[in-house]
Amino acid sequence: MSAAVSSGTVLLPAIVIGPALVGALLVLVRTRLVATTAGWVGVVTVGLAAVASVIPAAGGATASTDFMLGAELGVTTFGPAAVILPVILAVAALVLLAATATPETRAARFTGLMLLFTAAAALTVLATSLPTLLLGWEVMGAASYALIGYRYVDPHRVGSGATAFLTTRTADLGLYLATAAALAGGTDLSLSSLASIEGGWRDVAAAGILVAALGKAAQLPFSFWLARAMDGPSPVSALLHSAAMVALGGYLLLQVSPLLAATGWADDAAAWTGAATALVLGAVALAQRDLKQLLAASTAAQLGFVVLAAGVGATSAGTAHLAAHAAVKALLFLAAGAWLEALGSKRLSTLTGAARRWPAVGLLTAVALLSLAGMPPLALWATKDAVLAGALEHSLALYVVGLLGSAMAAGYAVKALVILVSHQPDVAPHLDEEEPGTREISPRVTLALLPLGLGAVTLGLLAWPSVLESLPGDAPLAPAAWELVASTAVVVVVGALVASLVPGPSGADGRQRGVGARLVSWLHSWLGLEALITAVVVRPVLRAADAAARLDDRVLARGVGLAAAVALRLAAATARLDDGFLARGVDRISTGTLQAAHTTARGDAGLSATVSGVALSARRAGRLVRRSSASGQLHLYYLQLVAGVLLTAVVLTVILLVGSPR
Amino acid sequence: MLSLLVFLPAVAAALLLLPGVSDRWARWCFVGVTALETALVVAMWVGYESPGSGELAYAQQRPWIPGIGASYHVGLDGLSLPLVAMTCVIFAACAVFALAESSRPRQQAVLFLALMTTCLGLFAAADLVLFFVFFDLSIVGMYLSINGWGHGERRRSALMFFLYTFLGSLALLLGFVGLYVASAPHTFDMVALAADPPLQGSGTTGVAVLGAVLLGLAVKTPTVPFHTWLPPAHTDAPAIGSAVLAGVMLKMGTYGFVRIAMPMFPDAWRDWAPVLIVVGIVSVLWGALVALAQTDLKRMIAYTSVNHMGYILIGLGAAGLLGDGSAATDEARRTAISGAVTQMVSHGLLTGALFLLAGVVWARHQDYGLDRYGGLASKAPQFATLFVLAALGSLGLPGLSGFVAELQIFAGGIATAPVVAVALLGILLMTAVMLRAVQSLLTGPVDGLSSDFTDVRTREWVPVAGLLALSVLIGLAPSFLLDVIEPAAQSVAALVGR
Repeated sequence: MSAAVSSGTVLLPAIVIGPALVGALLVLVRTRLVATTAGWVGVVTVGLAAVASVIPAAGGATASTDFMLGAELGVTTFGPAAVILPVILAVAALVLLAATATPETRAARFTGLMLLFTAAAALTVLATSLPTLLLGWEVMGAASYALIGYRYVDPHRVGSGATAFLTTRTADLGLYLATAAALAGGTDLSLSSLASIEGGWRDVAAAGILVAALGKAAQLPFSFWLARAMDGPSPVSALLHSAAMVALGGYLLLQVSPLLAATGWADDAAAWTGAATALVLGAVALAQRDLKQLLAASTAAQLGFVVLAAGVGATSAGTAHLAAHAAVKALLFLAAGAWLEALGSKRLSTLTGAARRWPAVGLLTAVALLSLAGMPPLALWATKDAVLAGALEHSLALYVVGLLGSAMAAGYAVKALVILVSHQPDVAPHLDEEEPGTREISPRVTLALLPLGLGAVTLGLLAWPSVLESLPGDAPLAPAAWELVASTAVVVVVGALVASLVPGPSGADGRQRGVGARLVSWLHSWLGLEALITAVVVRPVLRAADAAARLDDRVLARGVGLAAAVALRLAAATARLDDGFLARGVDRISTGTLQAAHTTARGDAGLSATVSGVALSARRAGRLVRRSSASGQLHLYYLQLVAGVLLTAVVLTVILLVGSPR
Repeated sequence: MLSLLVFLPAVAAALLLLPGVSDRWARWCFVGVTALETALVVAMWVGYESPGSGELAYAQQRPWIPGIGASYHVGLDGLSLPLVAMTCVIFAACAVFALAESSRPRQQAVLFLALMTTCLGLFAAADLVLFFVFFDLSIVGMYLSINGWGHGERRRSALMFFLYTFLGSLALLLGFVGLYVASAPHTFDMVALAADPPLQGSGTTGVAVLGAVLLGLAVKTPTVPFHTWLPPAHTDAPAIGSAVLAGVMLKMGTYGFVRIAMPMFPDAWRDWAPVLIVVGIVSVLWGALVALAQTDLKRMIAYTSVNHMGYILIGLGAAGLLGDGSAATDEARRTAISGAVTQMVSHGLLTGALFLLAGVVWARHQDYGLDRYGGLASKAPQFATLFVLAALGSLGLPGLSGFVAELQIFAGGIATAPVVAVALLGILLMTAVMLRAVQSLLTGPVDGLSSDFTDVRTREWVPVAGLLALSVLIGLAPSFLLDVIEPAAQSVAALVGR
């Protein structure tokens, strides 16, 4: 055991640093060798990390170094990380394997960014302290920006990346708040110490973390960024929206579940947000006409179950659901990507019968969709029921909403399944709509899907009561027989209903008319959340920015100019005063002297030459003063000097009189 | 050794003035001296041991103007050493960047070497008169740089910069004289004034004199509403002038807060603290908001400086709120100061890098218009990589130095004054600002002036990459820096708490 721990302690940092370094090199170094081998370098690096992660995950390992705020840069596999770390790395390796099938996604920059993202995700999972968490969490967000906007020539895709980054960063501010609360609460900023904060700061910490996690997990009301995130290349969606990024929002809540429970309100808030998202985003998924959009909405909905689990304290069930969902969703996104590349479209109407045309991929996709639908005995059936059992322990209402959410899951999964396995139409609509299709799927993609398919079937074992007990976290009571029957019945009934209702290929685009049309179009637009945020937040902020810039230029800067103008005018006035009074005075004095000299000259001719010489030079000095006072600048400085001296004198007097210098 | 560090550039500048020195020699001499300075400061960093509170390492004191109690007194502690090191690094980066300077390179090297002495001297100074002399000399140097090597309306911008900051320095002088008059025996020695603050307990007098000091420093920093000299000065300054102005010279203001205002006016600082926090929050939000609306790359970067300086003010202001005096509050105040000093270093590195990159843009097309470019990521991938990294640092992404600074400021600031949380919106706005700049310059189809944009040359990317590498080093392994800053932050926190 001790040998395993020590080797794990060495391996654990390497699992993060290795992919990060290789990723940075792939992004920065531009040589021919790197360009040609990047894809495979990525697969091997992450593959090795995935294999290596088993040792620290099994034995439990911790490593740390100094960081900031007195907190450590620490990593540990104690806790749900023991399950999730290998899952993330395995999914990432398989996604990278599938990505090598396409030139674009085996390029050095793409692979490098994926590796950086994977390293950041691994750090997020392993983090022991809030600063460490923030490091992984936000670098992951920035990498997702670069990955979603990978095709940077298209401004819309870059905009999608920015939407994702800005939305999740808005929520991330909660983590800054939580860090402040942890500091004010006198903790060492470790995640495990948060629940022990006393008083109001604990509520602040819980609220901050809750918001940050809900944002990342695309829960309501942040869900809309996930829709835009689908603009990234398919391997990006397969990694970001299955095992990492979105999933880690749920993961964080599982980790801080004790903190949520300690506040007495944050746990309920999480549970209800999760349940509501499972239901509403499930409905959104059902209304989609594009496979990737359907899967994206389904990701938010499935993460709802994880967030629900964190809220009701069924953390081991949540962990199991997270792991099983990662395998299922990675498979589905990779398949969707493969079809997008083959057919040039991801519309469901175009994909009608695609499963028949590519039977191997089709079969694996069908299995994953059935798992997603919650069909026994597949993986998500078991894990979701474990979560729902936890919800029932908490409250019946939560359980019912969760059950409705699983009905939605059955609905959208069966809808996609029925369309994919239908008979192909003679002419598929919208072929090559987004890009010219290759009509081929690389065997590498199928190879990568195989292990994921295995996971989609078997990972339900994690929810087997004795296994669930052994997972990190708190296990809920095993679901009673009636609960299993009820959830199965829901799946079968809803599935059958949807299967009978799904229209043919022409109607799969869903041009509904009539009563439900507006509801469906509202759901199809992801509840109009993005438009709402644009109207309520983005545009006003941009308008405020313009107004502020105008104010800055026209009032603040001009105020300074005005002050300068006033100073100049004052200087000119002084100059006039100078000309009219002082210089004339000097003139008069010299004239007077001259007159005196003349008078004296009459009296004393001997001295006259000397005196008139003095008078002359005095007159010259007077002219000189007058001439130099013609320029305003000199007076400006003269004035400043006088004002400065006066001001100094006044302040000094005040200090001497009022103050009490010792 | 410290005096050598401070005056070596000035001596080199004087030698370069000798007749017969070629332009080529002058350029490489500039690089050589700044590199040597950097090596010297690294050696000093390695040999540095944190002096006790109220003491200085590498201290040196010689009589200067005994009549008014001013001496040549220099020394370093955890507040000044990081800034001295940052100054050397930024000047070295500028020297490499200026290798291709074609307009009077010898004079420019002389000017910048002399400017380097004034900057180093200011951070090393332990005497108010010495501090003030370097403060004003640096203004003259920067005026000459903008006026002589700038572009656009350089004369007007240079004059505005000069008059504005010079007037600010007069307010500062007023405050210094106030300190001098109140001290007994009369002295300008900063160590003595901090050890026994002469205006402590003097009520409104202390508040008023500190007000004069704050005004002078606020103009230099600059904070809203005294920031309007900054955008024109930056826009029309040469690239290396902007890098030094933003990277080093703005820190003279913020350094003055933590070096002079806080230790020498403890109770008055506490009275001013709420005002400073509000001004800081306003600067953070205003700077970011106005930056968001800019269409000129350099003006945009200039306004982000207003935002970043606002964070510093927040941190230092929060340190003036003693709260309940509990251990957690004390730690929060220390953290806020440590974050503010870290931010000074971080902003120097990141803004230095951004302004040098803006210089690359100018060198290609003499145009800073954000909408005049597009798609540079494909035309100039190395430029794009550097710009993205600098932008991410500037928006406070973890892994770069800005995050280390800002998280400390926010954690400490919010813990002492919850209202500071409002400024978190500044982080968000900065994200929008930087993403917008990245998107209009780098992404989209190759457009406008981008079509014949050549990628960065060696003497362009080396200095920028160097600055960014240091920022990443601080971002990932900040201990080497924080170990120096934290004891000093602790002693400032204690001094303010008196």
